[in-house]
This record gives sequence, structure tokens and C-alpha cells, in this order.
Amino acid sequence: MKISVQREDFDVSLETRNLSRGGGVGAVASFVGVVRDVRMTLEHYSGMTESSIRKIAEQARTRWKVTDCTVIHRYGELAPHDQIVLVAVASAHRGDAFAACEFIMDYLKTQAPFWKKEHRPEGAAWVEARASDDDAAGRWEPPARKAS
Amino acid sequence: MKVKVLFFASLREQLGTASEEIDLPAGVGTVAALRGHLARRGGPWEGALAEKKNVRAAVNQDMVKPGAPIRDGDEIAFFPPVTGG
Repeated sequence: MKISVQREDFDVSLETRNLSRGGGVGAVASFVGVVRDVRMTLEHYSGMTESSIRKIAEQARTRWKVTDCTVIHRYGELAPHDQIVLVAVASAHRGDAFAACEFIMDYLKTQAPFWKKEHRPEGAAWVEARASDDDAAGRWEPPARKAS
Repeated sequence: MKVKVLFFASLREQLGTASEEIDLPAGVGTVAALRGHLARRGGPWEGALAEKKNVRAAVNQDMVKPGAPIRDGDEIAFFPPVTGG
């Protein structure tokens, strides 16, 4: 398992190729988050970011057959179209790889301590958390705890 | 009881500080009590940490609920809901 919180950019094809070399791997699913149309600064809680991502990835490994996974999240100054985050999951089959990748990403959005500040012409502003992100993470909760 | 308190993002900016060491009076034994203790400083503290504000907390780098206990030497962080990814 590779977890990295870094300023530098990352190479998706290199990371997914590394995962595909694992024994028994038949599928690698990856997600890349990119900056939309605005310059931003990403702040994080050094130490907790790494440990929280590790916990999320370990949860994914208990729920699906995951051979290995890589999560890279950047911080610092980012420009439009820059890559922000990579979640890549290797598994024997695509079902587990897709599900674990989405699970890790959904939990990362609500659990990993990162904060985005956007720099727009009218001034800088912190991005507000969205309820839809909590909903996305909540759908992975066990059925007994669902509202319906 | 001495603890280290950290503030992040908009909270850090509103309070004008990223971290401080605090000697807590007896009776401040949970995250919620610490938040109330800090809010009673008034001014920006009262505004940023008011009960109606959506503030999250971590103890020793684990996200916790307001009722979580705090102990001597703990690192407690307050921050707005996260927006990474």
C-alpha cells in the first residue's frame, strides 16, 4: 500500500503500472481528481492526513478483495487542470477494484483533513463542504444504519 | 492539565493562530468543554467557535465526537468540515 501526501505532481501511468505488477492482479481501477477553473491552495493537517487515508484504505481492504492500492494527494499551490488526487486499486477482478476505488475516494472527501482555498479575481475564499459528499460516503454504511 | 491545540483553514485565519499550548482548568475534560472554554475568550474566539458553527475536532489526529475525553499531553485540533479530494 502506498500513501503519499506531497506537493509534487504524480505520474498516473507509472503508478498504475506499478500496481499491475502485483501477483494475481487482473484489474487496476483509478480515479484522478483535477483542479477545475480556479487557482487554489490546499492546506492539510500533516500526520493526520496520512493516517486517515491509511485507515480508509485499510477499511477498503477488509470489504473487498484488494491486492494493493495507491493513494496520492497533493497540497500547496495548484493551478487549473493540475492533478490533485489519485486513488488506484489493484484486484483480481474489476468489480472489487471499482468498488474499493470509489469507497476510498468517497471517504477521503469527508474524512481526510484537507481544505481548499480558491483564489478568484474577486478575492480568496475557503471552499464550503458539501452535504452531497457526506451522502456519498454515507451510502457505504452498513444497511442496518441506513435511514430507509 | 496541559494540551496542545491546533487550528486549521478558515478557523486558523479567524483566530489568527495556528497552535498554542494551554494549561486547562479542572473540569475541562472533553473536546466540547475545551471548545466552550476557548469560546469564552470572546471576540473572534466566540464567533468562530460558537455552538452553531460547524466545527470538527480531532484528538491525537483521530476525528472525534464532541464528547470525546481529553487528557494531559493530548494534541487537539479544531477545523471546519474537510474539502479535499
